[in-house]
Amino acid sequence: MRYLRYLIPLAAFVVLTGFLMKGLWMDPHTVPSPLIDKPAPEFRLTQVADPGKSIGRDDMLGKVWLLNVWASWCVSCREEHPVLVEFAKTGMVPIYGLDYKDTRDEALKWLERLGNPYQASLFDPDGRVGIDYGVYGVPETYVIDRTGTIRYKQIGPITPEILHDKIVPLLRKLNA
Amino acid sequence: MIAELGSFSLMVALAVALVQGILPIVGAARGNAAWMRLARPAARALFVLVVVAAACLVISFLRDDFSVVYVATNSTRALPLRYKVAAFWGGHEGSMLLWLLILSFWMFAVSLFSRHLPQEMVARILGVMGLIAVGFLLFILLTSSPFERLIPAPEEGRDLNPLLQDPGMVAHPPMLYMGYVGFSVAFAFAIAALLGGNLDATWARWSRPWTTVAWSFLTLGICLGSAWAYYTLGWGGWWFWDPVENASFMPWLAGTALMHSLAVTEKRGGFKVWTVLLAIFAFSLSLLGTFLVRSGVLTSVHAFANDPRRGVFILLFLSIVIGGSLALYAWRAPKVGLGERFELISRETMLLTNNVLFLSAAGAVLLGTLYPLFLDALGLSKISVGPPYFDVVFVPLMTPGLFLMGIGPLARWKQANLPEIGIRLKWAFGVSLITALLLPLALGRWSGLAAFGLWLALWIFAATMVNLWSRLRPLPVSGLVARLRALPLGYLGMLTAHVGVAVFITGVTLVKTYESEKDVQMDIGDTVTMGPYTFKFNGVTNGARENYLYARGAFEVSRNGHVLTTMSPEKHQFVVSKGEPSTVAAINRGFTRDLYVALGEQDGSSPTAWVVRVYYKPFVDWIWGGCLVMAIGGVLALSDRRYRFARSTARDVAEPTLSATAAA
Repeated sequence: MRYLRYLIPLAAFVVLTGFLMKGLWMDPHTVPSPLIDKPAPEFRLTQVADPGKSIGRDDMLGKVWLLNVWASWCVSCREEHPVLVEFAKTGMVPIYGLDYKDTRDEALKWLERLGNPYQASLFDPDGRVGIDYGVYGVPETYVIDRTGTIRYKQIGPITPEILHDKIVPLLRKLNA
Repeated sequence: MIAELGSFSLMVALAVALVQGILPIVGAARGNAAWMRLARPAARALFVLVVVAAACLVISFLRDDFSVVYVATNSTRALPLRYKVAAFWGGHEGSMLLWLLILSFWMFAVSLFSRHLPQEMVARILGVMGLIAVGFLLFILLTSSPFERLIPAPEEGRDLNPLLQDPGMVAHPPMLYMGYVGFSVAFAFAIAALLGGNLDATWARWSRPWTTVAWSFLTLGICLGSAWAYYTLGWGGWWFWDPVENASFMPWLAGTALMHSLAVTEKRGGFKVWTVLLAIFAFSLSLLGTFLVRSGVLTSVHAFANDPRRGVFILLFLSIVIGGSLALYAWRAPKVGLGERFELISRETMLLTNNVLFLSAAGAVLLGTLYPLFLDALGLSKISVGPPYFDVVFVPLMTPGLFLMGIGPLARWKQANLPEIGIRLKWAFGVSLITALLLPLALGRWSGLAAFGLWLALWIFAATMVNLWSRLRPLPVSGLVARLRALPLGYLGMLTAHVGVAVFITGVTLVKTYESEKDVQMDIGDTVTMGPYTFKFNGVTNGARENYLYARGAFEVSRNGHVLTTMSPEKHQFVVSKGEPSTVAAINRGFTRDLYVALGEQDGSSPTAWVVRVYYKPFVDWIWGGCLVMAIGGVLALSDRRYRFARSTARDVAEPTLSATAAA
């Protein structure tokens, strides 16, 4: 019994480790967005490729689409980009980009060099639309359904696993 | 090539660290002298290899080699030279390399300054540190290499985080890490002692200077970080209870307790088990801090890119190091025994109380930092714990400790006489109380909180002076300087550090009570008045420097109608990173007050109008001044003669020495 108290620090540490372990798998990657199952916030932005053309939320009603937040200064986006380029070739869903806090020049150069998976990219230089969508960091991706409701949000780069396990099944369901 | 050389150097270092971590410890257990002798050369070789790797990273930055991901993410061509060097620790990967660099530096230092230690002790200490190095090397090589390539290389890098492009940030991380990682030495000493089973006064004497020097660095590092936050975040705060700040503060609290506990173990042979546990805690909290900051478990202002793989690795490492050492503790500590007995009223009791309070404070900070995580893990709500919690918990915990700080150093070891102490301190108590009650009136407004804080500060100062005088008076030499020189530096270091605490409390109390701030929209010619000071806005000029555009405001400050100075706060917009503009506040510093002006945003109402924040901060510099004085106390204690001529034998320790006091 006398020795038992020497075990107290170890026991306390084991409990702490349990919590830290659990914490690793929750925060912040699976933070549920408050916007899930809510209507996508209104926006109207010009396109990166053509300042004369604009796109708004309501133009997208009636189709399921992906909104991918990216920027030319974002290193994680470079990691994600080939996955998107490949996925765009399947033609399963139109992908729109939200070019976040960027310049048109840099953005166009980036797309030219690494390929363009987007139907169009919306130009959001001061990040205002990003704020409405609750962007934590770049990249992020939203799945939006026919009625303009956000159905899924991915924080951080899309990996082939996430695409295969989460996004594609969801798209199949929404398109059914 | 350079980056590959860096990677290669780290791989060789891993092999060396494995040798250093295994053979000497096994050798010490089996009495194999040849294996034990490997510890020193291995530690030195490891240091050289890590320095080579670090140099490779610096060279990659200096050559603008953007084919290295880490350089591309943290630098640009136009980045000034000093920040290209500081960009080393601007991100996660480099910070980890810095951690390792400093760890190997401490190992190198131990290998040099350990000639008087027995062979097995050195073998075990360096072996334990070698094992820690193995963990960090694996972490860097497997999950966080700063030498990864990015092909094709971008034309231009992404720039160093603008917040970090500041002289304070050049020095803050290395200082902080010197402290953090420095506790690994005390930890290694403790583990070595547990392995060898010889936890005696000699052991305490050896680990004391290492602990003190690490503590001094940590104090300075935290102080620099706080001073940096004060002038760059642009809202005049100096401590935010941010998880990252807490991560550095918890080891400081545990380290402070450890330093005091070591004093008892050295002087009286008491608290042995406690001291070992505190050494484990101090380093564990350093590791935990690294985990919290790096894993992304807690999102905070400082959060870096999150990668769960890294989190899993650190957690695993943490479990092995902390879990392993606590298990070793549970196994070996019962055999060590508790050490010398002491009476209820004695210096030991007071130091024990101090330890318990410091540790409870560290626990409270830990709880506050992790509370949101706990709730979340249990599926309850998502909340965040802010300054209100910490203020409520921290002040009541620290107050008795601060009060005891006046009494403790005067109390005798083993058995003290309370009435006698009362007689010696009655004047200090009376004078500090009356002054504290009256002083707030002189400052313009009486406040109970201010009086209370000032009383604590004055009490510590007065009691410290009584203590000093009681030691100076009986000395056989004349003249104050000669008398001071006759006292041991360890003792003077303790008094200095305690005075630093008093200075610190004064600063905190007066800023909290008497600061004022105004948030105003100003156009050219507008004025704002704060106490006797009037600030007149003379507009903003724009221009460009090195790698950023700036907007520079001009404020003419006058006091009672006399022009005092012009203050020029700035906003910097970095050309490459295009992030949020960063704020550089203009601060007019003074012994008794700071004037602080920061530009906010450009106001829409007129092209020349700005939102401006003006603060009057009485005695704010005393906060950092106090920390500096504490660190100086640490350095003084470290310079004590008994460490310089450390021919530590059991005989030396048993002698009743003059410096019967805890250093710091």
